[in-house]
Amino acid sequence: MTTSRFAPGTFTPAPGRGRLGRMLAAHARVETALTLRHGEQILLTLLIPLALLIGLSLLDVLPAGEFAGMERVDWITPRILALAVLSSAFTGQAIALGFDRRYGVLKRLSATALPRWLLVAGRLVAALVVVTLQVLVLGAVAALLGWSPSAAGIAFGVVLLAVGTLCFGALGVLLGGALRAEAVLALANIVWFVLLLAGGILMVPSALPDTYATVVGLLPSGALAEGLHAALVDGTFSAGACAVLAAWTVVAAAIATRTTKLT
Amino acid sequence: MTESAPARATRTPRRHAVPLTFVNAAAVEITGLVKRFGSVTAVDGLDLKMPTGEILALLGPNGAGKTTTVEICEGFRHADAGTVRVLGLDPARDGSALRPRVGVMPQGGGAYPGVRAEEMLRLVAACAADPLDPAWMLDVLGLGTARRTPFKRLSGGQQQRLSLACALIGRPELVFLDEPTAGMDPQARRLVWELLGALRTDGVSVLLTTHLMEEAEALADDVVIVDDGTVIAQGSPGALTAEHAEDAHLRFRARPGLDTRLLAAALPEGYVVRESTPGSYRVIGHVDPQVVSTVTSWCAQQGVLADELHVGRRDLEEVFLELTGRELRT
Repeated sequence: MTTSRFAPGTFTPAPGRGRLGRMLAAHARVETALTLRHGEQILLTLLIPLALLIGLSLLDVLPAGEFAGMERVDWITPRILALAVLSSAFTGQAIALGFDRRYGVLKRLSATALPRWLLVAGRLVAALVVVTLQVLVLGAVAALLGWSPSAAGIAFGVVLLAVGTLCFGALGVLLGGALRAEAVLALANIVWFVLLLAGGILMVPSALPDTYATVVGLLPSGALAEGLHAALVDGTFSAGACAVLAAWTVVAAAIATRTTKLT
Repeated sequence: MTESAPARATRTPRRHAVPLTFVNAAAVEITGLVKRFGSVTAVDGLDLKMPTGEILALLGPNGAGKTTTVEICEGFRHADAGTVRVLGLDPARDGSALRPRVGVMPQGGGAYPGVRAEEMLRLVAACAADPLDPAWMLDVLGLGTARRTPFKRLSGGQQQRLSLACALIGRPELVFLDEPTAGMDPQARRLVWELLGALRTDGVSVLLTTHLMEEAEALADDVVIVDDGTVIAQGSPGALTAEHAEDAHLRFRARPGLDTRLLAAALPEGYVVRESTPGSYRVIGHVDPQVVSTVTSWCAQQGVLADELHVGRRDLEEVFLELTGRELRT
């Protein structure tokens, strides 16, 4: 056996686990880069919300009664931000995870020294980075359209966006980690569409029949949209919305730790 | 673990001798391993002991239970019965202590579909304390030009080499390679063999699965032949092929078209005579001086000269055929 290409000692064992911070950063960086490079993800996470933001701000298609005298862009922007979170943290995340599992990446990574919790943490950090970029782009476009959020509520809005991202991220991992890639793809898109139209993002609970309004307010989509509305329009913190999101996060994470499969 | 767990908890000195010897003895030790999937028993009482620093090949046809066995060693699956110790640890319980020390090449690789080759290797490298240089690793494995190519656009052989790079990048002391050269062209296969030789030189233990006889013969210190979830033979390639050396074969050249049935009739019962290519004959069975003499005198009676008379050692392919009655590559 010749070893000409490899000097003796090249592979002398020196095993050990990498530093946690470095592993988390490396994992989150790859996850973020993959999301930003993926055309369909950009369409879902940025182009559709942008089109809705611009279209609904400029065109007179929503019933005027909902605005109660405010600018359309002020009414629509918090809801578009909620949609952005739903799109990337949930739908995009679930689909990516479904296909990553098929390509064996979870198995590959869980065979390294990367702890299991870090596999999820890296994805959630990446989701937070992507949501930050979405909010910056959508916020800038909304500002050009005349958006003037409540200054007092911006910090509340940031908190809700972070909690909302973790919540939808956990739900995305729950869906993407449990089913076959094709099933994940179909279901994640259906859920996106249903929550957009009937889950409290474009339809306001107060405009709906009472029972249905209560249900929508307890959905993560309804809670996030109403919470962002309260923060960015009224400048108030909706503890109720935050509690609903936190509860969904805990439940989804607890189930996902049992159901998520590597392949 | 039922033996060693209380020993660890109570630190009873008289009990230490057993687990410590055990730890030092083997890189991998498997006893009575059983794994069932529904009504199918994939691994059926498999025993295996792999000393530190050697290359061991699990050889067998598809479905023999090789991958299941390796995945239990890697901690991806749990055994239904039996004990598995990897570097003295239980992969089902001590995974987080074990994983930094072990390099894994899963069957069919594993990477994000859209990830670039270098990106993937750097991510895996970041998980190790003192990794090899990813750029060097890519060059050495012939992936230097594919550095920025997304994983799903790499050829099968390139994906395999990237997967091998991921297994080795963290300087592990033990590597599990599941079909490491599947889908590779002969040149890439040679390169991988050379690399595995370097691993052995540097004291890395390697457990690989293969269904390629030549791979097992060329690389392995020890070959474990697995069929239907159980070990049917094991030993060095030399020992395995020499085990029944008297059951070798006799080859000779003569004029084409001899009546092999007549020759077989001249030999004792149970011998098989074949003309493998025109003019090239093979007598399979117990070869002793009496048989050689019978063959040459029979040829003389036919008025032909038996030329290039040669008693051949069996190769692993024949060992497998004999043990299972089946061809390895089906």
